[in-house]
Amino acid sequence: MPMIERKQVIPGDVIARGNHRYGAYVEKRGDEYIALRVGLAEVGRDGVKLNPLTGPYLPRAEDDVIGKVVDINGFGWVVDINSCFDGFLPASFVFGREFSPSTHDLSSKFRVGDMIGARIESFERSRDPQLSIRGEGYGKIESGEIVKISPTKVPRLIGRRGAMINLISEKTGCDVRVGQNGVVVVNGPPDGIVKTAKAVKMVEEEAHAADLMAKVEAYLGGSTSGGS
Amino acid sequence: MVEAKKKLIDGSGKRLDGRKWDDLRPISLQVGLMKNADGSAYIEWGKNKIMAAVYGPKEVHPKHQVLPDRALLRCRYHMAPFSVDERKNPAPSRREIEISKVIREALEPAVIVEDYPRTAIEVWVEVLQSDGGSRCAGITAASLALADAGINMRDMVVGCSCGIIEDTVVADLDDTEDKEGSGDMPVAIMPNLGQVTLLQVDGIYSREQFQKAFELAIEKGKQIYGMQRDALTMRFFGGEATSTQVEEVAE
Repeated sequence: MPMIERKQVIPGDVIARGNHRYGAYVEKRGDEYIALRVGLAEVGRDGVKLNPLTGPYLPRAEDDVIGKVVDINGFGWVVDINSCFDGFLPASFVFGREFSPSTHDLSSKFRVGDMIGARIESFERSRDPQLSIRGEGYGKIESGEIVKISPTKVPRLIGRRGAMINLISEKTGCDVRVGQNGVVVVNGPPDGIVKTAKAVKMVEEEAHAADLMAKVEAYLGGSTSGGS
Repeated sequence: MVEAKKKLIDGSGKRLDGRKWDDLRPISLQVGLMKNADGSAYIEWGKNKIMAAVYGPKEVHPKHQVLPDRALLRCRYHMAPFSVDERKNPAPSRREIEISKVIREALEPAVIVEDYPRTAIEVWVEVLQSDGGSRCAGITAASLALADAGINMRDMVVGCSCGIIEDTVVADLDDTEDKEGSGDMPVAIMPNLGQVTLLQVDGIYSREQFQKAFELAIEKGKQIYGMQRDALTMRFFGGEATSTQVEEVAE
């Protein structure tokens, strides 16, 4: 596999020059590509990429998120998705097109305080993100412990093709569900949950470490509970 | 009362605290000390001790202040009652309100407010112990706190003041030099963009003195920018090397 250089950058740093494609958190200024966040920058086949190490969750269409219902109005549920924007789950997405506020009771489906797994259906600058629970695995989350991490560390927690999260869930015997918004739900035996929570926090704190996978494995190594 | 005015620079060119004309006071920076803030920084610059905290982006209250296309940047510069010799009334003074405004205007060109429509970003600069040049120190810390909060920024912002004492241009005035000297010039810059976001001047300068003081402030600002970088590196990369080789991730 070809080696690429990963550069530590702070806002204002020049990542690369020339002509590349570029992703989020990068700005083009003349022929220079400028970092807008603290993070690790790389110039690879996908062009100039910056993986930020800190920052709030900004919704993106197609993201899987885990949120909490904070309000119900006549047309749907307002969901706290750990962002500066509240998610909105329209009732017609749940009850279908025949939904009418007079015949359907929204609190029969989700009540204030319920945790739900949802997908961001759409998000534009001018309106709050719209959620959807269509599809498998979405909907009310009945049980589990919630661990919150910085949303920028989510890709690290999932790992390459889910390697990290699979490792954690295998070693602890827990079912771990990660939302792109940094909310993690853990189900399983009590001691497994404690271990998982610690491992997740460890990934968050040492996200910059190159040998993170090995570190997590070493930490979970002694665990005998479960395994799949 | 007959009292000889203190000499701010002695015959050998040393200032009251032993610095040469272009020396900075000792500066130390730390990032991310406050758990409850989204981003924070602490600066000690001479006798200044200043905390900066950033909250947000978050919902705007009161709602009528919402900007539909960008974030509302709010700044508060505040001096703690115990930050000066004589107790300071904690209510915001005329001076603090002005400094809050100039800090906001110094930071706003760097923050990409268009990326966070309908939200508020709050910057709190709390002076725990005050010395000369606290607005520059506040800006330097606030910009670190913004970077720590992970808010998109075009560049860092760094402040440094210069001025005139005993008819000589000097860098980084302390409290006495500020009060007894004949001119003070706080400057904030975005070092990579080469833009000035704050420039205030008091006192009377000749053209040459203005030019010299302004250029000195920029030069010193760039030096402090290096310290900002070190502070962020310390926080996020554990002070490791600046680049690492990794295997390319195959999607």
